[in-house]
Amino acid sequence: MEQTQSFVTTLGQPNVVSILMFFLFVAITLYITYWAAKKTKTTSEFYAAGRSITGFQNGLALSGDYMSAASFLGIAGMVAMRGYDGLIYSIGFLVGWPLIMFLIAEPLRNLGKYTFADVVAFRLKQKPVRIASSVGSLMTITFYLIAQMVGAGSLVKTLFGLSYELAVIIVGVVMMAYVLFGGMLATTWVQIIKAVLLLVGATVLVVLTLSQFNFNPINIFNASAEKYSDAILSPGGYISNPWDAISLGLALMLGTAGLPHILMRFYTVPNSKEARKSVFVATGFIGYFYILTFIIGFGAMVLVGQDVIGSFDKGGNMSALLLSETVGGQVFLGFIAAVAFATILAVVAGLTLSGASTLSHDLYINVFKNGKSDEAGEVKVAKRATLALGIIAILLGLIFKGQNVAFMVGLAFAIAASANFPSLILSILWKKFTTKGATSSIITGTVLAIALIILSPTVWVDVFGYEEAVFPWKNPALISLTASFLVGIVVSMMDKEPSAEEKFEDEKLRTYLGIGAE
Amino acid sequence: MQSILESKQFKKLVTDRWKVSIMFTIIMLSVYFGFILLIAFKKELLAYKIGEHLTIGLPIGLGVIILAWVLTGLYVRWANTKYDQEVQSIKSQITNLK
Repeated sequence: MEQTQSFVTTLGQPNVVSILMFFLFVAITLYITYWAAKKTKTTSEFYAAGRSITGFQNGLALSGDYMSAASFLGIAGMVAMRGYDGLIYSIGFLVGWPLIMFLIAEPLRNLGKYTFADVVAFRLKQKPVRIASSVGSLMTITFYLIAQMVGAGSLVKTLFGLSYELAVIIVGVVMMAYVLFGGMLATTWVQIIKAVLLLVGATVLVVLTLSQFNFNPINIFNASAEKYSDAILSPGGYISNPWDAISLGLALMLGTAGLPHILMRFYTVPNSKEARKSVFVATGFIGYFYILTFIIGFGAMVLVGQDVIGSFDKGGNMSALLLSETVGGQVFLGFIAAVAFATILAVVAGLTLSGASTLSHDLYINVFKNGKSDEAGEVKVAKRATLALGIIAILLGLIFKGQNVAFMVGLAFAIAASANFPSLILSILWKKFTTKGATSSIITGTVLAIALIILSPTVWVDVFGYEEAVFPWKNPALISLTASFLVGIVVSMMDKEPSAEEKFEDEKLRTYLGIGAE
Repeated sequence: MQSILESKQFKKLVTDRWKVSIMFTIIMLSVYFGFILLIAFKKELLAYKIGEHLTIGLPIGLGVIILAWVLTGLYVRWANTKYDQEVQSIKSQITNLK
């Protein structure tokens, strides 16, 4: 066994390269925002980039939206600390995408206009369904947003040596500029640039790592088994309760298919053919990226060492960055750090735009204005909503400083899977789905997901500090998702809505042929 | 329009679409939950060694990721050829009706 040298890192000191890189990224993206602002006047331009994005571009943007800092730093960290068990997350996060393709992408694109609630409410009573689905959307977005903002603050503090508060404010303000002035067009291009940077950065990191192992990934795995134990290459004790494992699997898989900021992207392409192409492209890039993070995790485990990674934080979140410095020096660390920051910025912008569209399109226009929209008025409301959400995001980031927010991404996925996915799929597939069925399904899913997570070990024990959790599993989706489906089906069967059934037949031309799709 | 909705060709289009979608969905669900169930109940199977240290769990995990992507590709190929062709044929009938 070789002696692990105490590893000297510059992490935590201001890194000139990363600060320059980051400013370059912000400058370029703000210029794009300026360009996009001139093309963003109508609602369709603000929410959906005028449906001008190609399938390939949208595929990149989708993967940009999805590859958050949590998946880059978090999954690489989990692999570095736990080995094989980290792979469970990578796979779970990916397999939702094929389901989006097979079940959702085309009907969603053909039936909707700007938000997935358009599809849920299409043939049902607008007001109750819009209100319920807004609750589901906004809950998902808020918890995701908190996790991203807190992540941004602590990341920037470790990377650049800036203060937490300043980092949160910078992210909030720059993100607001993208969305406010450039709408979906700017947000899409920010995502595309970020996705390319992240994919290139991760690829270079893997190549540099492999170069120390004769370019053979098997050597990395062997080295890790020799340094630690063979157990690192097989499933361990991370998931001990089989039901919990299934529940986690459901949340990861179906949560992806219920994320409002992901679903919203399907309206940026001109038709359902481009929509399906974009899922294929996105699945490819995301899958490739997760394979890279797997190698990065093992590389960090071998070259940096679990003790060193764990001394920064127990979750191993700094492993990708520490590995960058080990194999590529300070300059490369600066590059990867800037990419990680840009990643957070882009994801937060996507979330905010999606939240703003829920507030303005679903709630303001379709609930308070009875669906009557005047173009200029709706854009104005959407911009005000963006401003409000931006400020709320900054405040949430400041309020939750230093809190354990690791469970919040899980909570966002649980709500997305339990509240958004069942109502969306039932309204696409089932003729007899009714207004009451939809609203009760969404409410059941939201309330159960939140309540069970609060009572679960992740919050009850880890955050509140009680001895034992009331609800034994870490993941509620198996119960909350099943309940949401059952309630939606039972309530609809006890109810009759002839107008909805009639419209179901009429909408078929639009669903399957795209006739009349916006 | 009503006649199109009730035509055999359109009805077949709709059932075929869901047949294919559901088939792909079932393949993906069984592969993924098969993997999860292995982790939950039969860890030792994934720990089976295929090299000095390498376990069969690694290529299997990698395989699930690649399969997910391949399945989306196969679906796109089906939709771009078979499905879109039918849609075009039905759409041309609608134009003739007008």
